[in-house]
Amino acid sequence: MRFETREQLEKYIAELKSTSGKRRVLVCGGLGCLAKGAQEVFDAFEDIVEREQVAAEVEKLEENPHLVKTGCMGLCEAGPLVRIEPEEILYLRVNPEDVEEIVEKTLKNGEVVERLVYQEEVDGEVRYWPHLKDVPFYRKQVKITLRNCGTIDPENIDEYLVRDGYRALARVISEKTPDEVIEEITKSGLRGRGGGGFPTGRKWQFARVVKGDKKYVICNGDEGDPGAFMDRSVMEGDPHSVLEGMTIAGYAIGAQEGYIYVRAEYPLAVKHLKKAIEEAEKAGFLGDNILGSNFSFRIIVREGAGAFVCGEETALISSIEGKRGMPNPRPPYPAYRGLWGKPTIINNVETLANVPVIMLRGADWFRSFGTANSAGTKTFALAGKIKNTGLVEVPMGITLRDLIFNIGGGIQNDKKFKAVQIGGPSGGCLTERHLDLPIDYDSLSGAGAIMGSGGLVVLDEDTCIPEVARFFMNFTQNESCGKCVPCREGTKHMLGLLQKVVKGEATTSDLELLEETALVVRDASLCGLGKTAPNPVLTTLRYFRDEYLDHVVYRVCPAHVCQAMREYRIDPAKCRSCAKCARVCPVQCISGRPRVPYVIDQEKCTKCGACFEACPYDSITVEWRKKENE
Amino acid sequence: MNEKIAKKAVVVDGQEITLDGEKNILEVVRKADIEIPTFCYHSDLSVYGACRMCLVEVEGRGLMPACSTPPEPGMVIKTTTSRVLQARRMMVEFYLANHERDCTVCERNLNCRLQAIAASLGIDEVRFGERKEKLPKDTSTFSLVRDPNRCILCGDCVRACKEIENIGIYDFTKRGSQTKVEPAFGKKLSEVECVYCGQCSVRCPTGALVVKSEVDEAWKAVLNPDLTVVAQIAPAVRVAIGEAFGLPPGEITTGKIVAALKKIGFDRVYDTAFSADLTVIEEAEEFFRRLQKGERLPQFTSCCPSWVIYAERNYPFYLENLSSARSPQQMFGSVIKNFIYQVENVPLEKIVSVSIMPCTAKKFEARRPEFIRNEIPDVDIVLTAQETIRMIKTANIDFKQLDPLPFDVPLGAGSGAGVIFGVTGGVTEAVLRYAYERLTGQELKEVEFKGVRGMESVREAEVDFGGRKVKVAIVHGLANAQKLVRDMRNGERHYDFVEVMNCPGGCIGGGGMPLEYPDYQEVLRRRAEGLYNADRLSVVRKAQDNPSIKFLYEKWLKEANSEVAESHLHTHYYSRRRISNEMIRIQEAQSAQKVDIAVCVGTSCYLKGSYNLLQELLELTKEYGVEDRVSVGATFCLEKCTEGPNIRINEKVFSGVNKDNLRQIFEEAVLSKLVAETH
Repeated sequence: MRFETREQLEKYIAELKSTSGKRRVLVCGGLGCLAKGAQEVFDAFEDIVEREQVAAEVEKLEENPHLVKTGCMGLCEAGPLVRIEPEEILYLRVNPEDVEEIVEKTLKNGEVVERLVYQEEVDGEVRYWPHLKDVPFYRKQVKITLRNCGTIDPENIDEYLVRDGYRALARVISEKTPDEVIEEITKSGLRGRGGGGFPTGRKWQFARVVKGDKKYVICNGDEGDPGAFMDRSVMEGDPHSVLEGMTIAGYAIGAQEGYIYVRAEYPLAVKHLKKAIEEAEKAGFLGDNILGSNFSFRIIVREGAGAFVCGEETALISSIEGKRGMPNPRPPYPAYRGLWGKPTIINNVETLANVPVIMLRGADWFRSFGTANSAGTKTFALAGKIKNTGLVEVPMGITLRDLIFNIGGGIQNDKKFKAVQIGGPSGGCLTERHLDLPIDYDSLSGAGAIMGSGGLVVLDEDTCIPEVARFFMNFTQNESCGKCVPCREGTKHMLGLLQKVVKGEATTSDLELLEETALVVRDASLCGLGKTAPNPVLTTLRYFRDEYLDHVVYRVCPAHVCQAMREYRIDPAKCRSCAKCARVCPVQCISGRPRVPYVIDQEKCTKCGACFEACPYDSITVEWRKKENE
Repeated sequence: MNEKIAKKAVVVDGQEITLDGEKNILEVVRKADIEIPTFCYHSDLSVYGACRMCLVEVEGRGLMPACSTPPEPGMVIKTTTSRVLQARRMMVEFYLANHERDCTVCERNLNCRLQAIAASLGIDEVRFGERKEKLPKDTSTFSLVRDPNRCILCGDCVRACKEIENIGIYDFTKRGSQTKVEPAFGKKLSEVECVYCGQCSVRCPTGALVVKSEVDEAWKAVLNPDLTVVAQIAPAVRVAIGEAFGLPPGEITTGKIVAALKKIGFDRVYDTAFSADLTVIEEAEEFFRRLQKGERLPQFTSCCPSWVIYAERNYPFYLENLSSARSPQQMFGSVIKNFIYQVENVPLEKIVSVSIMPCTAKKFEARRPEFIRNEIPDVDIVLTAQETIRMIKTANIDFKQLDPLPFDVPLGAGSGAGVIFGVTGGVTEAVLRYAYERLTGQELKEVEFKGVRGMESVREAEVDFGGRKVKVAIVHGLANAQKLVRDMRNGERHYDFVEVMNCPGGCIGGGGMPLEYPDYQEVLRRRAEGLYNADRLSVVRKAQDNPSIKFLYEKWLKEANSEVAESHLHTHYYSRRRISNEMIRIQEAQSAQKVDIAVCVGTSCYLKGSYNLLQELLELTKEYGVEDRVSVGATFCLEKCTEGPNIRINEKVFSGVNKDNLRQIFEEAVLSKLVAETH
């Protein structure tokens, strides 16, 4: 139906709430769970539920309402995840074969299937946490951005409405002026969640005061950090919250059109967004005369071809305009001259998803979460050597230790924590001594990292730091748009120098040049990509200089990662001087005579391993080089 | 910010500078006598901000690019700090590490901005190694040479071609360290829509885009005593060649150039202004005829070869409207090869015709088949101003000290009207000086038509020729010309006569002129002024008063647009394809008797289903068992987009092909041929 007034909407939502059933089976349809077979689990539920006609015993929300495929529930590590409402029971690693038992025990008799719930070993004792709120992973989380993600069917607008969807928009349109909206957002202290942390209200204010016949709202869904999937999860799991946020932003700045720029590699997000736009248009939340008002707003989905730099706002604008995605100098800022030369605001997915809640529950409520300068919550994608990899949302100001060890469950295989890379390739590498650092914009940038979009990669003792720096530098170099020299050439040379480090070919002057280059690239680059590309190098040089020196001075890789730091040696006691090793050596670095043990020239050896394979007497050993004093 | 600074001022290196509407810090620091070197900033192109050479330190804000940062009152700017120097030096090291550094054998040796900046910064070491990649040079056109190994990716050519000419043959491809600037699909300049104007080359800071040199051929000719080498000097070069020898832009050095060329060994030196006068008369008479008949109007000028190619490729509907009069270069070439050699009593094969031009496209024009008779071109060698300067330097001539020499007779003299051909509006003014007297029968007292002068992109004027009001327009820069043509096609503008010049400012801004100065606009302005001065100093200021012209008509042509004139001084135009070498072969016929089918898979045809047609055609060849005798390929744009999908069978293009008529077309146009040939 099409809503013409706020009252109509409120009445509809109240009705939905009173008629919707309590018993719901939620199967996570996030990409992680789908990859682990969530679709099969969902199908099994569908089959069995139909067969058993459990449906007859529960009330209906709509047709077949009780079985829902949701967006990401967060604990990807333990997928496929299934949630049973109203008890809020969470089952992990559910196979299609388990479904029968869940239906029998839980749905029919209200019992818990213990083997599928979260288990925690505390002091040698195994504890079971069947309820979601008790699971350590969720205990400290506060879900504002992800309020609906993993809870609703993203393809059904009623599911969004029943959780107060579009009430904020209705309220804004019927009782607030654009300036009041901006004031509220400013008061809430909401800052850009895409990385920079610019105050959202101020950004809107700039665009509001600029005169223009046309203005645009752009939602930046070009999430490109390796291992980050917060924005994808929101777009897939709760697309309407993004649309509602954009529409409110459009109302506030006086825009008539919005673009969602989303990567083509996110087909599910694209599909859900398009479906949501279609439904929202039908319901009168988008299009002409929204909710019977004079305000009209349309949203168009633009798919990007997957260039990291298109997450930068001016490059993103170029890309939407059909040009090569290359950044442009600012000023002029997009708020003055953006898309097609018109005043434009660009907000991140997560930022926009926060907007409706703030407008519904007020700035003060929002400010009650987080810290004085960083209000609200932040989502993170936990990745790397952490036990509970997945998607989390925590109040700003929580410590890294809490995030990694309580929510994340600590390091896999109980290895030692070494470092954490925050903010993806643009972020910095923080160490053990930063673990009690509160996570907020200012603390992180003080330590040389950035909030970034929320990628968080945990590294354990088996990780080689220069190799990690090389990995990220390789990424930024490949993704550099090639426009400005420091980024295009500087990252190339930094990558070359890092390659020399991990190959054991670097000298201390290479290390000095690496640092000088990093500082200049940070200082001189045109856009954020280049300015932040040296961060991994600079922070690791700052916090792990010894490990670089180990590679450069001693040719030792303490983490036993860099192959060039291995040594092949011939055990003279075992060598029978058969010369097989010398014959296969591609660089002729093995020499010897009959009846005299053969010797490998370490300077020439390329560590290819051919001699090791060829030796019939197992006389060749491979060892990691050690520092001489060890 | 410092409170002591005056309200509308900034401080540059300790000196207070009052702001006066400057767009960026670069313009502000210039007022403090500081010229910051840049690669990518050009006042006539959009601000790009990529070369990072213009970084300055702004108090409280760190390093800022001067080109894209607007000045704010109270700013404290330092242009040379240790941080700035460190960054600038490293930028240059970055450039050099990716740049072929065999400077001594580079066309731009001692004329290269990268070299100059590296020298001024005292770079004595490049810590990042050398360029390993060696990409092939593009020498496919007559006009320009592109050497990607010397490209520093500043994007100047990309923007020049896009913004000034609105052609956009170059763009960036690939990412990261793989980034390149090249034409689409890595094609050669000769295979894309390049009009050879050289605006890219004028702005290229290094040797990546240079004029294709004909200096060697010229030396060979002048040093061969058996040959009579005849030079013509275009109007624009006379106010620019001096720039390379320390003279200011706009200084008239006509006599010095004649003297230099004579020293080098040219036998005869003539003035292209003479043939410009000829063009005036031929073109104006053609225009009167059209006016009388009221047909083929507006008449477009045709002396700019880049404009002519562009029109041939893009405006087939206007080809009839282009003046059939040849350009002054080609008129003079024709006069040399058809008339002068007889006067001079030299065998035709012993005469070499050389033109000294501001323009790279003239090299292309001279090779057009219309201007080559019995394998003898009217113009053998085209030297740009840059190449001429090179020859003068090679001959160790002290250009500044040369005593001027006059042009040779009998065809040396040009009028002032011919001289101003070199600046935008000049052709129109020259034609007006002739037309007024010709149509009114009265003497023109005030010869200067100030209304058509200036640098605005489009200028209009209305002239009353004894009751008939004629509307003229003057436009320079192809981007502006395209807009004008669009408006004309839409019926928003109406003219009788339109002068089009490809380069900003006209020929004085040509692609073969001495290289750009920091303030290019000022250089253009002064060159224009130089030409108008030369006109003012001329004894003869109207084409019709030129005694040499009278002589030529008497001795050879008889009258304007006569039969001789038509065959030797006029030409015709062809509709040209814009894209070549585009075929992607899918099925190759082995047999000698074969039919070639090309299916357009350009965007428009593709959207109309041409890709399916391609598949079906392959099926059809199988079905009829003629795979070995039918070649099938995909092609881009047969230039009939509105009638697509289009396919080409041998030379014939079939439009509106669809799955219903495909079989019939195949049977009639393909099978029938194969059958006929088999029998």
